[in-house]
Amino acid sequence: MRRKGRADLGFRCTTGAFASLVVVIVCAIAVVLVMDAWTSIQKFGLAFWYTSVWNPVTGEFGALPFIWGTLYSSVLALLIATPISLGIAVFISELAPEWLQQPLVFLTELLAAIPSIVYGLWGVFVLVPAVRWAEGSLPDRVRELPFFAGPPLGLGLLSAALILAIMVIPFTASVARELLKTVPAAQREGAYALGATRFEAIRAALFYARSGIIAGIMLGFGRALGETMAVTMVIGNSPQVSLSMFAPHYTMAAVIANEFAEASDELYLSALVEIGLVLFLVTLVVNTLSRVLIWTMSRSATAALEPDVAAAA
Amino acid sequence: MTESIRRYCRWLACAAVAAVSGASAAAAVQIHGAGATFPYPIYSKWFAEFNKLRSDVEINYQSLGSGAGIRQLTKGTVFFGASDGPMTDEQLRAAPERILHFPTVLGAVVPIYNLPVASLTFSGPVLADIYLGKITKWSDRAIVALNPGVELPSLEITVVHRAEGSGTTYIWTDYLAKVSSDFKDTVGVAQAVRWPTGLGARGNEGVAGVVKQTRGSIGYVEMVVAIHSGIAYGAVVNSAGNAVKATTESVTSAAAEIARVMPSDFRVSITNVSGKSAYPIASFSWLLLVEDSRNKPAAKIMVEFLKWALTEGQKFAPSLGYAPLPDSVVRLEMAALARVKTS
Repeated sequence: MRRKGRADLGFRCTTGAFASLVVVIVCAIAVVLVMDAWTSIQKFGLAFWYTSVWNPVTGEFGALPFIWGTLYSSVLALLIATPISLGIAVFISELAPEWLQQPLVFLTELLAAIPSIVYGLWGVFVLVPAVRWAEGSLPDRVRELPFFAGPPLGLGLLSAALILAIMVIPFTASVARELLKTVPAAQREGAYALGATRFEAIRAALFYARSGIIAGIMLGFGRALGETMAVTMVIGNSPQVSLSMFAPHYTMAAVIANEFAEASDELYLSALVEIGLVLFLVTLVVNTLSRVLIWTMSRSATAALEPDVAAAA
Repeated sequence: MTESIRRYCRWLACAAVAAVSGASAAAAVQIHGAGATFPYPIYSKWFAEFNKLRSDVEINYQSLGSGAGIRQLTKGTVFFGASDGPMTDEQLRAAPERILHFPTVLGAVVPIYNLPVASLTFSGPVLADIYLGKITKWSDRAIVALNPGVELPSLEITVVHRAEGSGTTYIWTDYLAKVSSDFKDTVGVAQAVRWPTGLGARGNEGVAGVVKQTRGSIGYVEMVVAIHSGIAYGAVVNSAGNAVKATTESVTSAAAEIARVMPSDFRVSITNVSGKSAYPIASFSWLLLVEDSRNKPAAKIMVEFLKWALTEGQKFAPSLGYAPLPDSVVRLEMAALARVKTS
């Protein structure tokens, strides 16, 4: 008994140490970012967040176009990826014949294993020309809308969002598929018993699993925010705050990767590090918001769907 | 594009080398350097060839970028640095030790374009106005005037520049700022600048790739990249009024023009030099050494290496797409190498 207890304690301490390592690393990153960005934080203060001039020659640095580009491309990517991912998940777990399921699962997961530089190359040689063609063939009346203004270059926000969407799909689709599998059979049977059609039964299952699915979407969002290489290869790398999906934009991760190696003066380096800090904070806020969302949803779900269990708990 | 992959592979290789170097630390003298990516192909060729002559010497070079090379040298983490732009007075003052510049090879930057015309000529002011976003169409009068007889379409110009900080951008902006005061005031000279217009692409290959794909686009890349990718590049009118296309000869001749007025520290720009056949957008690439290093044996080897690279080694330059240094500059450098303290 005693030996077993000691082993348990040792096990608990070891795993506990590993877990606390995560906390230490996150804190260390935050501390280092703040320290290295201090020159820039002192010089620009809050203006760093809302000014849009990025001029290494004169030493003026504002992060707004990069924040804008990052959020715009990631949100657009999610809008594209979410319905497709849900469609994939539903088809694999509910509708596909058994012999097709495993190959489909394998292929979606393969998408996650492709290195981002390969996505970037594919983007440059295949996606960008296709997007350029599509942009050019839009009717003029549509092109007058602010969302589609500017010359059809191919390189720009739309290409970046499409690449990001493809990169995010395997994450969201896998999570959604796993969650649909965990929906109790009683849910579906209940729906059918009430005379639901197949579509309605699946909708009920999706509704049941919704908090987990949102978590999956947020996982994809996190990936989209930080993606660097594939994005910088197709987004056009021009810092501007524009509504147009055809216009070139820039993201936070991309500007750090692009300019860090040649940045030699202290303020410039420190401004780049502050961009990293901003990205860190934006990711933190997004993750926190999604946690809160999931938490409130699962609470209301427990309360609404299973009042007995909730009361017992 | 391929540059990114190559860089990635190199990075993997470095990681692998770092992992095994502990085990294979031979008796050989190892010297570490870091800096510009532009001279990387010829430097690695030189270090490999030099290793054949002196098998006890191993020189490692990491192409991290000029800025990173200067930072590492100043901090003392590497023995020598390399840069496509000379260190600024401020950077030299910030360094704890005296740093010397030695030009090693010459590079040129060329304007590439995607238009269905046989050949094009640009002038400095026209290139500056295109990159300032003031000339927006190929049929602009200023371009037509430089190219009599060439049918230029009324097409929007898509400007392409480097996305990341680079020595190529430094040379390009250095030239444009010399020929256009407007460019000097609104953009300035640096490895990375605030472009008023255009798209950013990563690496020389990235710029060449975008220009190849986009009709009506213009970009700037190292001469060697333009030649290798088979993309059309234009001649540029030099300060003597002649339209000159970049070749190893016209670039070497630009450097020969500067030899007569070479400052003793070799920190000199050779864009827009006078000379009838000089190509105006060219630059030295410099190797940076500490004047009085604590590691005297390594300093001695580096001096020996430079003496070899500046003479024998120059023959490797043209085949790799670099212009060799003119003899006049080599003579000045041979004398200046005596300043490096080796004992």
